[in-house]
Amino acid sequence: MKSILSVKVNGRSRTDLVPDNMLLLDYLREVVGLIGVKSGCDGGECGACTVLVDDEPRLACSTLALQVAGRQVETIEGMARSGRMNELQTAFNEKLGTQCGFCTPGMIMAAEGLLRRNPQPSREEIKEALAGNLCRCTGYVKIIESVESAADACAQADAQ
Amino acid sequence: MKPDDLKGTMVGVSAPLVDGPDKVTGRAKYTADMPAKDALIGRILLSPIAHGRILSIDTRAAEALPGVAAVITGKDCGVPFGVLPTVHDEFALAQEKVRYRGDPVAAVAAVDEATAEAALKLIRVDYEELPAYFDASSAMAPGAALIHDDKPNNVVRKVHFDFGDVDGGLAAADLVLERSYKFAEVNHAFMEPNAALAEYDPQRDTLCLHTTTQVPYYVHLTVAKCMGMDTSQVRVVKPFLGGGFGGRGDTFHFDIVACVLARKVGGAVRIVQSREEVFLVHRGRPYTEIKLTLGMRRDGKLTACACEGLQLGGAYTSYGIVTLLYVGSLLFGIYDIPAIKYNGTRVFTNLPAAGGQRGHGSVDARAAFESLLDEMASELGLDPFAVRRANLLPTIPYTTQYGQKVMSYGLAECLDKVESASGWNQRRDRMPKGRGLGMGCSHFVTGTTTPVHWTGEPHATVNLKLDFDGIVTILTGAADIGQGSTTMAAQVVGEVLGLDWSRMRIITADSMLTPKDNGSFSSRVTFQVGNAALQAATELKTLLVKAAAKRLNCQPEEVECLGEFFRIHGADKPPLAFKDAVAEALVATGTLTVKGTFTSPVEFCGDKKIKASAIGASMGFSYAVSVAETSVDEVTGNISVDKIWVAVDCGRALNPMSVEGQIQGAVWMGVGQALCEETVYRDGLMMHGNLLEYRVPTFMDSPDIEVHIVESIDPNGPFGAKETSECPLAGAIAAVMNAVAQSVGVRPRELPMTPDRVFALIDSREVA
Repeated sequence: MKSILSVKVNGRSRTDLVPDNMLLLDYLREVVGLIGVKSGCDGGECGACTVLVDDEPRLACSTLALQVAGRQVETIEGMARSGRMNELQTAFNEKLGTQCGFCTPGMIMAAEGLLRRNPQPSREEIKEALAGNLCRCTGYVKIIESVESAADACAQADAQ
Repeated sequence: MKPDDLKGTMVGVSAPLVDGPDKVTGRAKYTADMPAKDALIGRILLSPIAHGRILSIDTRAAEALPGVAAVITGKDCGVPFGVLPTVHDEFALAQEKVRYRGDPVAAVAAVDEATAEAALKLIRVDYEELPAYFDASSAMAPGAALIHDDKPNNVVRKVHFDFGDVDGGLAAADLVLERSYKFAEVNHAFMEPNAALAEYDPQRDTLCLHTTTQVPYYVHLTVAKCMGMDTSQVRVVKPFLGGGFGGRGDTFHFDIVACVLARKVGGAVRIVQSREEVFLVHRGRPYTEIKLTLGMRRDGKLTACACEGLQLGGAYTSYGIVTLLYVGSLLFGIYDIPAIKYNGTRVFTNLPAAGGQRGHGSVDARAAFESLLDEMASELGLDPFAVRRANLLPTIPYTTQYGQKVMSYGLAECLDKVESASGWNQRRDRMPKGRGLGMGCSHFVTGTTTPVHWTGEPHATVNLKLDFDGIVTILTGAADIGQGSTTMAAQVVGEVLGLDWSRMRIITADSMLTPKDNGSFSSRVTFQVGNAALQAATELKTLLVKAAAKRLNCQPEEVECLGEFFRIHGADKPPLAFKDAVAEALVATGTLTVKGTFTSPVEFCGDKKIKASAIGASMGFSYAVSVAETSVDEVTGNISVDKIWVAVDCGRALNPMSVEGQIQGAVWMGVGQALCEETVYRDGLMMHGNLLEYRVPTFMDSPDIEVHIVESIDPNGPFGAKETSECPLAGAIAAVMNAVAQSVGVRPRELPMTPDRVFALIDSREVA
C-alpha cells in the first residue's frame, strides 16, 4: 500500500507517494536525496539518523515516513543559512567535534534540538540530551566543548 | 628538513580538519551514499551452524524469483585470500566447509532489498555438522575436528623467545609475583556499517569498487587476484570512512562478493551490511589470557619478565600471527628489563575471526603488566610512579634485546606531567572511601617498518602537482579514516612551501588518481606519508626557488621563500609574487609534478638474527601515561570513571588539536574495554550483535579526559612527529584497573570490569 505524504522538509513543502511501511530514514535518503541522514545501526541503537520533527529530535530509523505528514522535518542539510554553517556546525568544525564525521549529522541535530529548547545548557544537560547518540572517535570530550561553544556563540549573536 | 627548520605557519597549529566542513554539513559522501541509481542490491547468506561440511546448495528457487538478477556460491569465488601474504585461508563464499555461525555461503543480487532477502530464504543448503569449539582447551584437545585441515590441534601459531637470564633474574629479585589475567574479546564498533559499491563495465571489462576500507591498495590487489583480473582493470576508491580502528585492515568477503555479482549482472551492485553483519565480520581484539611473572628488587627495579599469552583467533587467521607477536614484541621498548621471555599461542575457534584493533596485540599484555607493577609496588611499599622511574630506559638511542631502536623517549616527562596534573602526591593517600587514583603507562610503534606486502617499493609516496592556476594539488593514497591524515599531509606541504589552505587541494585514496599507499594501520601514516609529503614539498620548493632566482637575477641560495613571495635574502629589492615564480617555473616545462617518497632504513626493520623481530620494529615509539580517578559503588559493583589525566609523547604535535582528539578517543576506547565492552557467544551464536548489547560508553558514562602533550622531537619523524592514536589505549585500561584496586581494595584481573564481576570480587574480599 502507498499513501500520499505531504511534509515540509528543510523548509520546502513536498508531496510524494510513499509505501506505508517506509521509514522516514529511507524516505529522506532515497526519495528526497538527503544523504546527510546516516544509518549506523539496525534500529534505534546509535542516533546517527537523528532529525528534527517540529523542533524535536527524532530517530528517522524508528519513525515511519507517514508519521511526519503535515509536519516540519529538518536534517543536517537544512542547518546552513545561505550556504553558511550555523553556530553548531561552525563549532563542531573548529573545535574538532567531528573526526570520522559519520555520527556528526545526528549529533548536530540532537544538539540543535537541545539548544532550541534550552539555549544555555549545562554540561550535564548536554550529556543527557546527547546520550542516545554514539560516537566512537572522540570520547565525546570535544563534542561537549563544541556544543558549549555553539551555545556561547548563539548567546553572543543574540546580545548584539 | 630538520625539525628546527619549522616556521610554524601550518605545522604545530591547531587546524580544523580540511574536510571538516563536508562532515558538519552532511555533504561528505560515505560508501553507502555514493550515487548509483540503477545499482542492484546484494545480500549474503550466512551459515546458521558453527562448523560443518556443505553437502549441497540448491539455488534454483532463488534464481527463479522475479527480480533476482544473480545468485552466486562458493563455486564463483574459488580464489583464496587473506591479509598476510603467507596465509590465504579465506574465501569470499564458503567452499566445502563453514567454520562459524555467520560464515558467508551464497549471495544474491536483486532489484531491491526485499527481493534479495526473499531470495536468500529460498536458497537451500544441506550441512553435515561437525563438532565446534569455542574455547582453547576443547579446540586443542586430542582428536578434535580440524577447523583448517592443515592446522594440527587447531593451533594458528605458537611463538617463543627468550632474552637474557630470566630464571636468574627472578632468583635475584626481592619480590616475584605471578598473576593471570583474562581479557574479553572486543570489537571496533566503528559507526559506519560496512558497505561496498561494485560497478562492472562489460564493454571495457573493468571494475570500480568503492568500499569501507583502511587499506584500499590491499583491497585492490586482493580483488584483482580473486576476480582473475589484471590490476590495471580494477579501480578502488575509499570515500569518506566512518571510522576504522584496525577493523578495516583486511579485504573482506563482501568486497569480493559485490565484485563477483557486479560482473555477473554486467552492472552495479551495492551491498550495505546491517550492524549485526558488521559484528559478524568482526576482526576485533581477540579474547586473550595473559600469565605474567615479574621479578622486582626492593628499590622497584625490574629483574625479569616472563609472559605467556593465549589468544582465541576465531575461524580464520587474518592478522593473527602478527597480533600474537605484538604481545611479546612490545614487552620491550618501554622499560629497561634485563631478561624477557615470551610464549604465545593462538588457537582457531568456530567464532568470527579476530584481527587488529587499536594498539593491536600489545594492549592486553601491557594492561596486565601495568596492573602487576601496581600490585608489586603496593606490596613493596613503593609509589607506582617511582617504580616506573626506576625502570626507565637509561640512554637514548636505545636498542632493545628484540632489535628495536628507540630514538626518542618522553616517558619521564609524561610521568611528571600527569603526576602533577592529577595532584597524585597530594591526593592519592587521602581519597575518600570508594574512590581511588590509579596510573598506567603504555607505548606503541610509529609505523611498522616492514609492510605486509613487501615489494621493494617505498613505504610511502606522495605526488604534488602545480599548474598555471597556482594551486598545489596533493595526491596521496593515504586513507583518512577520521584520524585526519588528509589534513596532516596538507599541513606538512603548506609548512614547507609557506602556503596556506587556499593554495592547496588534496586528492586521496583513489587508485585511478593517487599513488599507492599501504594504508592506515600500525600508526604509520603521519610518520611515513608525512615524510614523503615533506620530501615532495621540498622538491617543489627547490623548483620554485630556482625559477624565482632567474626572475630576481640572483643565485638560488640567495632566494628566501616566503610562500606568497620570494625575495633576495637581505636585499632591498621588490619581491616576486608566488604566481610569477610559478609562471617562470612553468616556462618550457609546463605543469610541475614532483614526487616524494619515504622508505624506512634497513637498520630500523628488525634484527635479521632475531626471528620475527620485524613485528614490533619501528622508527619511532610513542609513550603515554594515564591517571584515572574512579569511584566504585560497593553495593552494586558499578564503577564510575570520573576523570582521566593523560600525557602522551607524540614527538612534534603537527596539529595539537587533532593530537588531543586522537588521544581522547584512544583513552576512551580503553575505558570502554575496561568497563563494559565484551563480545558474547552462546554455542557460537552471537549474542551481542547490536550497539545496545555491545555496550560502548555513552556520554553519561564517559569521563572528562585532560590531555597533556609531550614533544620529544624525534630525529626521523616529519618535523619530529611520532604517532599518537594507539599508544594511550592500554595505559588507560591499566589506570582504571589500578584505580579500582585503590577504590575498593580488590584487584580485578578479568575484563571488562562489569558490575557483576566487581561485586563478586568485593563479596569474596568480605568473606576473606
